[in-house]
Amino acid sequence: MSSDLDQLLAAKEIVVCCGSGGVGKTSVAAAIGLGAAARLGGRVLVLTVDPARRLATALGVGGLGNIERQVPPEVIQAATGAAPRGELWAAMLDTKQSWDQLVLRHAPDEIAAFRILENRLYTNLTARFVQSHDYIAMERLYELHSSGQWDLIVIDTPPSAHAIDFLDAPARMADFFGGRLLRLLTLPYRVGGTRGSRMLNAASKPFYSIADRLLGSRLLEEIAEFFLNFQAMYDGFVERAQAVERLLHDRRTTFAVITTLEAAPLNEAESFIAALVDRKLHLGALVLNKVLPAYFVAPDVINAAAHLSDDADAMGAGLAADASLGGAPLADAARNARVLRTVSESFHNFALVAAREAELRAELGRVPDVVATVPSAESDIGDVQGLAWIAGHLLSTR
Amino acid sequence: MLDRRLLCFTGKGGVGKSTMAAAAALLAVQHGKRVLVVEVDAKGALPALLGHAPVGYRPETVAPGVRAMAMDTEQSLREYLRLNLRVPVVGRIGPLARAFDFVATAAPGVKEILTIGKILWEVRAAIDGTADHDLVIVDAAATGHVVSQLGAPQSIRELADVGPLRSQTEWMIELLSDPAITELNVVTTPEEMPVAETIELVARVRSELSVPLGSVIVNRVLPELFTRADEAAFEAMRAPAASEWIAARAGAGTAEVLDGARLAVELRRARAEHLDALRAAVDLPLLYVPYQFTATPGLRMTTVIAEALGEELGL
Ligand SMILES: Nc1ncnc2c1ncn2[C@@H]1O[C@H](COP(=O)(O)OP(=O)(O)OP(=O)(O)O)[C@@H](O)[C@H]1O
Ligand SMILES: Nc1ncnc2c1ncn2[C@@H]1O[C@H](COP(=O)(O)OP(=O)(O)OP(=O)(O)O)[C@@H](O)[C@H]1O
Ligand SMILES: [Mg+2]
Ligand SMILES: [Mg+2]
Repeated sequence: MSSDLDQLLAAKEIVVCCGSGGVGKTSVAAAIGLGAAARLGGRVLVLTVDPARRLATALGVGGLGNIERQVPPEVIQAATGAAPRGELWAAMLDTKQSWDQLVLRHAPDEIAAFRILENRLYTNLTARFVQSHDYIAMERLYELHSSGQWDLIVIDTPPSAHAIDFLDAPARMADFFGGRLLRLLTLPYRVGGTRGSRMLNAASKPFYSIADRLLGSRLLEEIAEFFLNFQAMYDGFVERAQAVERLLHDRRTTFAVITTLEAAPLNEAESFIAALVDRKLHLGALVLNKVLPAYFVAPDVINAAAHLSDDADAMGAGLAADASLGGAPLADAARNARVLRTVSESFHNFALVAAREAELRAELGRVPDVVATVPSAESDIGDVQGLAWIAGHLLSTR
Repeated sequence: MLDRRLLCFTGKGGVGKSTMAAAAALLAVQHGKRVLVVEVDAKGALPALLGHAPVGYRPETVAPGVRAMAMDTEQSLREYLRLNLRVPVVGRIGPLARAFDFVATAAPGVKEILTIGKILWEVRAAIDGTADHDLVIVDAAATGHVVSQLGAPQSIRELADVGPLRSQTEWMIELLSDPAITELNVVTTPEEMPVAETIELVARVRSELSVPLGSVIVNRVLPELFTRADEAAFEAMRAPAASEWIAARAGAGTAEVLDGARLAVELRRARAEHLDALRAAVDLPLLYVPYQFTATPGLRMTTVIAEALGEELGL
């Protein structure tokens, strides 16, 4: 009954699911949460980012902001066939709302907070700052973990250009708000007290003259004002970013790398694994998702497929001749032969893909103790039933 | 499509943007165009799809008739300063670039304008006949980012009160809005999330940008195995009586072979639903590119895909 992944989940409080875009991070994160709640018990929270609409609806978090909702036990029971031992909760990540909360928490007073919230650069920053999504996910994780309300938090990560980005997000955030550049940028607006007064030293002058000519002084001023406001929150921010960083390194935290057996996602998974090792973060599991069933590479099956096309005409006629084999649908020998050839050809096509997958799997370098394989389902994972199906595969393989 | 001067390919991560950009480049060359391919996301994957090693900011010939370059905003800034402000930037641009990076992160459109500005610069050169290319093909940012990239000239115009950046935005917007010059194509796969993102993107482009949309390219389409009558025969073969009879002749793996075909049918069917949703929501031409089972990414696969794309375009 128990698997290696079970043991991993029992020992940890945070599982971070990461991987390349579209490989199934969200589905697997939710399935891990479901499996843990159903089998291990305790209060389990799945924090998801951008789930497909049907899945969000199935988890009860469609369209809502940062609110945790419980997945009704009877829904889980209907999907798994047994009453869950623990509770499964789900929440979405609302980036904008999380940023606003962060500002409200760290700003020295309400007026300062509102000045920031109303700045149009702030809106842009939170919407478009590439790392803001990454950072805010980590920030929320910290918040939820500190609340002490959860036995296990499974966090899904946002699709980013490079899966590694979010690992460095806390550090980058601290850099961003604490760096020399921030001081350089806001310098002309701090000296002398008058906004816009230009008492610059020789070193920073070229930068301003270029920036001024390029951007126009109004924009430059607005940017500086924004950062000046933000600076009031600097200490809080940096402290927090460092705490988030520590949490990722905590021994109660583990990472699950999700990938498909395709060249590009796998490459990214491997560099991600290397990055985890590099940073001394705990690599708990590798999940190979959407893998073709093993029969596509089984010799006797491949053999049978070849027979189907080689002997298609004879078998097609045989199936048509004996009414007890299928009757009307199989009455046309030529049709039967065509169908058999098509079946064989389709098998051959998928076998090619499966063989490539097997090759890529054989070439896998460093892998964690737990490697789970989840086959490609016949349709999308859009409900709790589908999650239970994934969980079944996750928790029964190694 | 090929008569334009600027073709952009966007789409959700991993759907085949780079593949389509490379395939379009091959098609264009077949029709006598000289092409500059610009890779925007710095993944460096595109030249390999044309059988060439990665390239840098300076365009390099990667295939007959095709030059490629990788976008680099620092290089673009350097070039811009030199050409427009007559500010020579010698040596490492270092601290200036970092400071600029910093500003660019916060101010909407600044980083993006360096990207789109360079691209449009090359487009203008193509139109003027002063470039070594007739057509610029962009392997653009993914759906999440492409609107801010193509919308950068607009954002900048709203934001910067004076300065050369503002005056530059006028001609950029003009080029980007001209349907005879620019075309934005969206690549998708017949899956739930890519389709949802495509529908959302098309709506956003229409409401927020003036950039003309071309086609939606549906990539990785699985073959339809059976007609309805053939499928009935197939189902009858899967029933125990027939399936055991076949197994007695074809061998022990027969049931799995039939399962495999069943999986193919189901996968195609699940995707068909998403395609219906796409057709219902988007009124752009849809171009279908089949899934390549034998594929290892490279020039050969790109050539096959270019052929499929050409057929869909009626070329
Ligand atoms: N084992 C599986 N079999 C079949 N389909 C799957 C499987 N796992 C996930 N999917 C489907 O693949 C698609 C992508 O899954 P999911 O949204 O979980 O990926 P993701 O990595 O979170 O994507 P993104 O990077 O966009 O956030 C969904 O349509 C999902 O239903
Ligand atoms: N028609 C197809 N059939 C099979 N495989 C394909 C097809 N089109 C693309 N691929 C494969 O899918 C993968 C992703 O393609 P590609 O790199 O072009 O996507 P992309 O959208 O540029 O990805 P990214 O967002 O990572 O830049 C590649 O391995 C490519 O070879
Ligand atoms: Mg996701
Ligand atoms: Mg690409």
